[in-house]
This record gives sequence, structure tokens and C-alpha cells, in this order.
Amino acid sequence: MTLELRGITKQFPGVLANDNVNLSVSEGEIVALLGENGAGKTTLMNILYGLYTPTAGEILVDGEPRVFTSPGDAIDAGIGMVHQHFMLIPVFTVAENVALGFEPLKFLSWIDTKKARETVTDISSRYGLEVDPDAMTEDLPVGIQQRVEIIKVLSREARFIVFDEPTSVLTPPEVDSFFDIVNGLRADGKGIIFISHKLSEALEVADRIVIMRRGKTVAEVKPEDVDEAKLAELMVGRPVDLVVDKAPAQPKDVVLSVNELVVLDDRNHRSVDGLSLEVRAGEIVGIAGVQGNGQTELVESITGIRPSLAGLVHLAGEDITTRSPRAIHNRDVAHVPEDRQKRGLVLPFTVTENLVLDSYHQPPISRWILMDWDAARDRAVRLVEEYDVRTPSIEVEVSTLSGGNQQKVIVAREFDRPVQLVIGAQPTRGIDVGSIEYIHSRIVEKRDAGAAVLIISSELEEIKALSDRILVMRGGKIVAEFDPSASVADIGLAMLGSEAETVAS
Amino acid sequence: MTDMVPGEEPAVDPPADNGEDPSNGPNGNEPSAMYKRITGIGTSAAEAAVVPILAVVTALIVGAFIIAVTDVDTLPLWGSDPAEALRLTMSGVSDAYRALFVGSVGSFKAISETLFAATPLILAGLAVAVGFQAGLFNIGVNGQMHIGGLAGLWVGFTFAIPAVFHIPLVLAAAMVGGAIWAGIAGVLKARTGAHEVISTIMLNFIALFLVDYLLTTSVFQAPGRNDPISKPTGVTSIFSPLFGSYRVSIGFIIALVAVAVVYWLMYRTTIGYEFRAVGYNPSAGRYAGMNVAWIYISAMAVSGALAGIAGVNQIVGVEPYRAISNFAGTFGFDAIALALLGRSHPVGVLFAGLLFGALRAGGREMQGAAGVPLDLVLVLQALIIVMIAAPELIRAIYRIKTPTKDITTVTSTGWGS
Amino acid sequence: MTAVADSNEMVIKTRATPEEKRATFIGLVLIALAAFTLWAFGLGVEPGSESTFKLSLPQARFEDLSWTVDSRTVALITALVLGFLGGFVLRRSHLKRTNLALSAGLVLFSFAFLTWAAVDGSFSLVGMLKSTVVLSVPVILGGLAGLMCERVAVINIAIEGQLLTSAFVGVIVGSSAGIWVALIAAMATGAILGAVLAVLSIKYRIDQIIAGVVINIFALGLTSFLSRRVLTEAPGLNSPGRFSSIKIPLLGDIPVIGPMFFDHSMFVYITFILVIMLHLGLFYTRWGLRSRSVGEHPKAADTVGINVYRTRYRNVILGGVIAGFGGAFLTLAQVSRFEDNMTAGIGYIGLAALIFGRWRPLGVLGAGLVFGFARALQQKLGILGTPIPSEFLSMTPYIVTLIVVAGVVGRARPPAADGQPYIKD
Repeated sequence: MTLELRGITKQFPGVLANDNVNLSVSEGEIVALLGENGAGKTTLMNILYGLYTPTAGEILVDGEPRVFTSPGDAIDAGIGMVHQHFMLIPVFTVAENVALGFEPLKFLSWIDTKKARETVTDISSRYGLEVDPDAMTEDLPVGIQQRVEIIKVLSREARFIVFDEPTSVLTPPEVDSFFDIVNGLRADGKGIIFISHKLSEALEVADRIVIMRRGKTVAEVKPEDVDEAKLAELMVGRPVDLVVDKAPAQPKDVVLSVNELVVLDDRNHRSVDGLSLEVRAGEIVGIAGVQGNGQTELVESITGIRPSLAGLVHLAGEDITTRSPRAIHNRDVAHVPEDRQKRGLVLPFTVTENLVLDSYHQPPISRWILMDWDAARDRAVRLVEEYDVRTPSIEVEVSTLSGGNQQKVIVAREFDRPVQLVIGAQPTRGIDVGSIEYIHSRIVEKRDAGAAVLIISSELEEIKALSDRILVMRGGKIVAEFDPSASVADIGLAMLGSEAETVAS
Repeated sequence: MTDMVPGEEPAVDPPADNGEDPSNGPNGNEPSAMYKRITGIGTSAAEAAVVPILAVVTALIVGAFIIAVTDVDTLPLWGSDPAEALRLTMSGVSDAYRALFVGSVGSFKAISETLFAATPLILAGLAVAVGFQAGLFNIGVNGQMHIGGLAGLWVGFTFAIPAVFHIPLVLAAAMVGGAIWAGIAGVLKARTGAHEVISTIMLNFIALFLVDYLLTTSVFQAPGRNDPISKPTGVTSIFSPLFGSYRVSIGFIIALVAVAVVYWLMYRTTIGYEFRAVGYNPSAGRYAGMNVAWIYISAMAVSGALAGIAGVNQIVGVEPYRAISNFAGTFGFDAIALALLGRSHPVGVLFAGLLFGALRAGGREMQGAAGVPLDLVLVLQALIIVMIAAPELIRAIYRIKTPTKDITTVTSTGWGS
Repeated sequence: MTAVADSNEMVIKTRATPEEKRATFIGLVLIALAAFTLWAFGLGVEPGSESTFKLSLPQARFEDLSWTVDSRTVALITALVLGFLGGFVLRRSHLKRTNLALSAGLVLFSFAFLTWAAVDGSFSLVGMLKSTVVLSVPVILGGLAGLMCERVAVINIAIEGQLLTSAFVGVIVGSSAGIWVALIAAMATGAILGAVLAVLSIKYRIDQIIAGVVINIFALGLTSFLSRRVLTEAPGLNSPGRFSSIKIPLLGDIPVIGPMFFDHSMFVYITFILVIMLHLGLFYTRWGLRSRSVGEHPKAADTVGINVYRTRYRNVILGGVIAGFGGAFLTLAQVSRFEDNMTAGIGYIGLAALIFGRWRPLGVLGAGLVFGFARALQQKLGILGTPIPSEFLSMTPYIVTLIVVAGVVGRARPPAADGQPYIKD
């Protein structure tokens, strides 16, 4: 009983996402598919699941070649997938989500809701995945939503289950309990493909590790034969060390002070709930935390984009709680936003137009309401040079640049002036190693020049490498403070806090 | 059948008073956010030129079929004498299109009629185009024309001052009226997130009934009338004809000035930069310190002001210089077609407006001389929009190879929230 | 820096939540309505005036049922209750009850208004309620047509064009081949226009609003063109028969309710049955579950093996059939001839009903009845000779919808993927 992908090639316009990829998994086996973001893992899995059609290559189930034109075909062949972004309808109940596409019927088209609920309770008790079948999906925590996804897959009697980056949204203890579930599934005879870019997880859980780089499978190893350093080298093609070269911090006066801040998210939940923190000049403070614990709203509120419900924000002693984004920006605050494509850039605008996004309203870029495009171009030429933005011209649309270069455009724009506070939200998410190192060094440079720096990142490694002080955020509050030398385990436990016991048990 | 292509439009002065080369700006040729969203035409200049031309030609061909199959007198003949039926049909179609051609560019009078018809179209098209650029879908041009027009008319018949002062005052009132009416939708979107498509549709109807009501009040109603019809505007407020008895008026000059001003606004000022930035990506605009709420409101207001001029032109620029019920007609919808055809660019809208003006002027001739109802023009317009909005249709019809670049997709946002 | 140091002693300001702001606003509106009722309907009426409501139609079995009230008393009581409701909402202690209070207030206000309109006269309440039902039918059908599409995330602005074209086809076919064939032809026309909308928005991924606008322009242009070119040449084609009223035995004789609901053409009955069927179908069947999943999160639907495109095509075409049925109602039951642009915005009112009804069949029914009530009232007030211009009542559906989309009565939540094309690969 095996599932095999043979010679899979997928050509997108301008991108060869998969290039002659081979992968197989047997029942009762866990195969880790390891690779950097953009290595082609997700594309491969979407081909396996019938969401994409491969340009070349074939899929064999138990030795039989099969053609999947839709996920329905893949499901019929016994393949299930737990997607990185959960494929759950937020406004459906758990039972409805599990039943969808596979509905038990009473008569004609009438759904047998009782049976749908029973399916959920049966599977959850069999595998120890406790979930309330009548709960509204959008109200459930991420960890539980993942269980719903697993129940969904199991209810279709999948023999092979693909997990796409399953741990990226989980806290360390949640990850442990997730691994227990996966081991249970293996014991039950399921074949499992586990996609990840985290080395330690692959080493911990897999029977076999397949490594992808730039759309190709470059190596297949047994976990007992390799260590993290070797895996990392295989993944990125050269040895990496996520160490930021910096002198010890010399903190001075408090620049940013947040007091008992309360911020509502889009669904009117108090996602920042009485948070207080301080950042001093000349230090980098990193906020660690599982995504969705209010970090986004905290940054948006400090920078004036999102109004707060209560509490105060002070910048160098001045109350800026209800100031506009521009007023805050004008007080020498640089903000590298969390989502560069959604917030940081106007993608159809040219590099020039994006580089004046912060200063278009003031001389020399404009006078009164008149734009001075020559001045704008001068600035663009200078910044592209100074910040090593790789672009064919300053007149191309910024959307044509790579992620790393797009991020450099933002950093160039924000750092091209004296600043007293730098706020970096996920400053290096999804960009290449070279750009990461470059941006980190620029951030340290600003610190050494006397700026207060607040970094928010979901990558604990980045936080540890960059910060002089680490704050852990959970449930909209700062719950712990660590020295950068603290262990990942300790910080991870703080990220989960009291819920650790309940989930782990 | 005539070859009606934009290149053979009557020789009208290009917006020379514009004073700027459109390609000189950083984005002089960049289609608007909405245009890209709608059509997926972005970077290929050749395709951007070919698609509108083929769209117009195709629409005319389809129009010919519609004329042929609705020829009630000839239809029975197809059974008995197909040859004669074919001949009659062909001559019917060619008569119609000859009339369309002659009526639009066949004489100085025809050209005047084309420019006359193009005037409100250009203004209304600019209104929609400005909205598109700021990422707003202003379906409410109709309502803004009504309110702006009536505001202008009130100034028109209330004051009696020299035309040099009166006409600017009428224009100002019309712009304020249109801007306020559009501004309601802008405020609703900015303050509550109400989708402007829904609110402008609703405001259209509210304006329609409001105008109907106002035209029966003593302030507006013509003395001695019971139906909704207004007093005529004052003589000094009339957009007088440029050439004696020909109908093209200073309204057309105003439209040309509007084209130049809109161009300057969109590509040469910080306001235009803000409109376009927010149009492409409101989140980035907010992050960059732009007051997105205010930009929505002001973009709607600018759009509405242009619509207001279009509206008042239909009163003080058209005999008998008075307002009747629903005087804005289908201009609101024509304007959407124009903005799309002109790629939301002011100069594009100008040419699209001239083309549609020609269709209207020629259509009237066609109705008179060949007995083909003017409503055919609406059908032609609908066909043109479809093909502009779905260039893939054109590619399919004419077997044009799909460009290698990935087809950009539409990302119309949902509404209500 | 010092300000930060002693921040513990600072007062932490709390700013009002959107819910609380809304409650304040609605509370003030209710108080204003109370004041208006007191002033216009209460003090503005001579003491001792009476208003009579006729509760039966001329030929009813139980003739001459009527109900007389003291005009001023009704207004004073209404004002009192409205004021109480306003105060209740302003206290902001029961935020969840805000909408309930608002609806109750509006119903009372309408009654006070009718009482005032009927001062010193009699008002055929049943007649108006009956025409409310009739006038709401095309609105409800339009709303349901939109619902079918928007529940699978295709915005349908083309309801107006679908109604108009199928009304036109209904007339032509009805005049030449009989009303039953005409009904089928009209529904087929709706289906074809639905298919056009589906192809343009699903296959060619035209912006759905553009696609809808185009269909409307096309429909208006084509029907006006054909009506001038064909119907004027051959007027015989513009006089189809009519579906007559079917009075339901027994039920039709119940006072008030009978004439209101059980003495109509089959269109009315089918409309109500359709509402119930769609409600059950949408929330209790496989079809509904799958349709809703496609409207909320098409990718998720795709990953469980649901064909997103096929689902969208099918529902958008079915939506067209419903609109076609509505178009047939206009020319085969309500009147029996076609006039240029005879829909005059009914399709847009249907769209409004869809939003006001929060994308739910029963909501569309309720909204349709409210808008039908406004249209019926507009006709009746003309007869009563009240000083209120009929144009203002014509505006009602549109103003109500503006208020709804502005979120004053709570934000409606459209299907999450509404308006977004689904792209595989």
C-alpha cells in the first residue's frame, strides 16, 4: 500500500515550481517534506490533491497510475489533506464542516444532522480529538480548528494524510500534542506526509526526510543519519547561522511607553487587553508570541492605524494615544508593517511612487498640492543605490520585484531619516536569507544610532537573535520577560501559559 | 457598412489647452486601479489599443444582425424569396449604418451634433473615471446629475446677472449639488463601510423622486403647469451655441477644460497621488498616513461635481433650457461604458465620449432616416462594455493568442460590510 | 518622561464601542419619532376625531367589518410608548434588544401614521394589505433571484434586466402562444440571462457589477428597441391573456387574512411557497450546505470535492429562472401589456430587499412585504389626499436600504466571498 509521485513537473507562467519531483509514502510511515518557503512543497501537495494539474509526471496509488482533476478524485483515492490555511467555513458548525461534501442524507437532499454529529463524536473519541460538534467554527481556537480538519480527513477514510505546515500556527505544547496525534495515526496504519520548514520537527517525528530546494527533490535521508546543521545545509544550499552581529545594548531613556492599552479587533474582541510595555532608546525589544494574540492590533494601535478602546501610548513623554498615523510618523517613528503587500506597498505603483509614500505630502517631493516628480525620482535613485534594491529601473512596478527587494524598498523608505522609534512587525517574513541578514543589520544600525526598536515576530529564532530583551505576549497582555539567552522551551511555555497543562494532558 | 473606428473620429482639437504630454508623468498611461481589476489589461500597450477598436467593430456587426432579424416587413419574405429578402435586409442595414455615419460626421451640422451629444457624455464619463481611479464604483452619476442639474437651474432662473458671472455661478452650484449628493455615498462608505455601489444605486432613485417632487413645487414648476416641468433658466445662464444655429455649445469647451483639469489633478497633484494610492490599496494608504475616509469622501465629491456639470449641461445647454422628469436619462450608465472604454484616463474618456457622441448623433439620424429606433445605441454600448470588460471574448472571437502573462483577475469586493 | 512615570495615577479613558454608539443613535431616533408623533399626529389633530379602518372588501362574505379608534388617543399612546422605547435603548443596558425596540417602534409609528392619515374618514386597511402582498411579489422574487446568486458569491445587479426582458418575452409569447407557454418562455429567458451573467462572471471573470450593469443596459436597450420596432408594428403581440385569481376555499373567507393572503393569482402562492422552500433548502439540505460553502469559502468547498463552478452556474441560472417568473408576473398577472422600462427599478428594490433581508429567504420575504407596504401606502395616500407627496413614499425602499447598508440597524453580513471570482490553478 503506497502512494507515489513520480517525475512531477509544474510550470507556472514564468516560474518552474516543481521540476521532476519524486516522493513516496507507505502506510504506517511518516515522511517529512522539508524545504524553505518557496521551495515548491505546497505546489507539489496541491498537485497531489488535485487542485493543480501537473505539467508532467504521474501519481501512483498502490502502483496504479491515477489522474486527479479535482480534490474529489484525490479523496476517492484515499488521500486527505490538512491545509496550512484551514479549509473550514467559519460560519458553519463543526459537524457541518465535517459533513460538507460527504453529507449523510435522510431522504433526497435532506441532511441527517444527527448522523453528522455522531460522525464527529465517534472519530473524536476514537482518536482522542475532543471537539464539540455543535460549536461554531469561527469561535474555536486555532488548535481546535486543526482537530476539526483532522476529523474531516479521517471521516473520509483517508489512508494517506498530508499535513501542510501544521505547526506554524501552534504553540510548542500544542505542537507536542499534535505529534502525539500524528503518531497515533501512524500506529493506525495511515501513511503521512508532513510538510515543514522546521528542522527539529522533521528530525523528531519523521521516519524519512525528503528535502526540496528550488522545485527539486535534492536529498532523501533518515533522521538518525543527520543533524540540524546538515539538514539546514541541504535545504538552503549553504551553511546558515541566524546570529546577528551586535554589541551589547546601552539603553537610555524610555521612548515608547504603553499603558493598560485595550484594542478591539475587527470582530470587536479585546485582542489587546490591558497591555503595558516600555522600550528605551538604544535597545531592541522583541515581542514573542503565537500569531493572533493581539500583536497585529498592538502595532496598528501604537502607529495610529487602529483606534484603541482604553489606555495610553506615550512617545518620548508625549501622549500620542489618539494621534493620526501621519502625526505619529512625523514624530520620527519608522514602521515596517506586518504585511508588506497589503500595507507597506502599493503594488501597481512604481518603485519611485512607492518610495515617496511616506513623504509625498511634504517638500521636496511636493509643494502645496503640486507633485515634483523630478525630486521623487532623485530620491528613488539614491535609495535604490543606498539600500541595494535589485530592480531593473525605478520606473517598474514594485510588484515585479522579489519579496526581499520589496521589503528593502519599505526599509529604505522608513529608515531614510533620523528616527527615535522603529517598529518592525515580521520584518523578514518569507524573504531570502541574504535580505534577512541585510535588514537585521540595518535594524541594529538604527539601535546603535540611538533609536528605540520594537520587533514583533512569530519566528522565535529571529526574536532571540535580534532582541536585547524579550517580552512574551499572550491573550493581549505581556505575560513574561526574558533575557535573549533564555531557552526556547521556557519562552515557549510562557507563550502558551496556563493553557499548557490542559492541552498537553 | 461603415468603418467606425476611433481613429476616424471627427477632427476635434485634442486637449491642446492641456499643455502637458500625457506620457510625461510617472503614470500618464497607467490604467486605473478599477480598470485593471475589471479587465486585466495592464501592461500590453498594443492590446490596450486593439481591444477597444475590435470591441466597437464587433458591436456594430452584432447590431447589424439585430437590425436584420427585427425587420418585421422583410422577415416573411425569407421563406418565399430569400434572395430578395437578403437584398432588402442588406440594404436596410446599410441604410441604417449610412445614416449613422452621415448623422455623426457627414456634415458640419452632423459634427456639431456629435460634439453636442458628446458633451454630457465626456463629463459624466470623467465622473466615473475619477471614481475608478480612487477605487470607487460610482453608479450614482445619474442621481448626481439630477441634483447638480437642479441646483444649477435654481441659480440659473433665480439670478439675472451678466453671463460672465452667471455661468460660473451656475457651474459652481451644479458642482456643489453633485458633490454633496455623491458625498453622501462617500461619507457612508468612509464612516460605515457601506458599499458605494449599493448606496449610489439607492441615491439614484431617491434623487429621481426628489426631483420629481421638486419640479411640482412652486419654486421650480413652470407657471400654469401640473406636470413636473420647470421654469426655463435665465437667458444669461444659458450655455450658448458656439456657431450660430448649430447646437454644439460652450458646454463642450467646458468639457474639454474638465478633461485637462482632471488630468492635472490625477497625475500632477498630491490629491491625485492619494486618490490613486487609495484606489489600488486603501490599507497602504492608511498606513502611509492618508486619511482614507476623507479621500473616499473627496473622490466621490470630485466625481459628483463632474456629474453635476453634466447634469446642468442637460438643462442650460439644451433647448428648451428647462428641467423635466428624469432629465439625466441613461447617462449614468453610458458613463460607466465610457470610463471603461477610455481606460479611466481623462484623454481616453474624451475620445470614448466623442465616439459615443457620434453613435448618439448618428443614431438619431438613423431613427429618422432609416426607421431604426435609437435604443439600438444602448444595445451597441452594452456590447462594447462587455467586450472591453472581457478582452478574452475578443481574443476568442478573433483568435488572438493569449498573452503569456497570467491573466489578471477581478477582485471586486463584496458589499454590505 | 515624567508623564510616564506617574501613569498609574492617570485616569484610563474608555471610549464607546460601536454597539454603544449605535444604541445612542437609535435611542435618539426613537425619541425624535415620539416627539414627531406627539406633535404631528397627536396635537395636530382635533380632539375627538375618529379614524375608521375598513377590515373587509366590498364583496366579502362578512361585509362591513370595521374598526374605529380615537385618533388623538392612538397618537398619544404611541408617542408615550416610543418615548419609553427610546429611553430603554438609551440606557444601553440591553444592547441586544436594540433592534427589537426599533422594529416595535417603527410598527407602532406606522400605525399612528395610518390613524392620522385616516382622520375623520375611513381607510380600507384590508385593501391596502392585499395590494401590499401583490406589490411585494415582484420585489420578493427579485430578492430571491439575487439570493440564489449571492449565496454562491455572484453579485447579481442584473435582476432588473432579467425582470424586464422576461416580462417582454412573456408578452410576445403570451400573445401568440398562450399564457402557459409564455410563462415557460419568460422563465427560460430569465435562465438565459442568468447564464449570460454566469458565463461573464465565472468564465470571463468580468467584474460582477459591470456584468450586471451591462445586462441591464442591454435589456433596456433591446426591449425598448424591439418594442418600438416590433410591438408598434404589430400591436397584436402586446396583449396576452392573464392568469386569474384563485380564491382558496374557506381560507379565503377569513376576515382580513383571507383577502390578504388567499385570494390571488397562482404567482402569489408560488412566491410564498418558494420562500419556504428556499429557506428549508438553504439551511437543511445538501444543496444548501454546498451552495453556502461555495459562497463563504469556495476554496474550502473545492478541497472537499465540491465543484465550485458547476454550483455557481447552476444557482445563478436558477436565480435567473426565479427572476423570469417575476417578469412573467408583471405582464401575465399584474397587467397584461408591455411598456418601455416597465420594471422602473423593481429589480433594484429586490436587490435592496436582499440586503435588508440579510441574505436570508425569510428576510427577503419580510423586506419585500415592508417595501410592498410602502408602495401600497403610496397608492392609497393619494386617494386619501394627505399632504404627503407620493414621491417621498416612493423613496422609502431606497432610504431604508441606505440606512441598512450604513449599519444603523446592525451590520448585515453578506456571504464572505461575495463578488469574488474563484480561480483554480
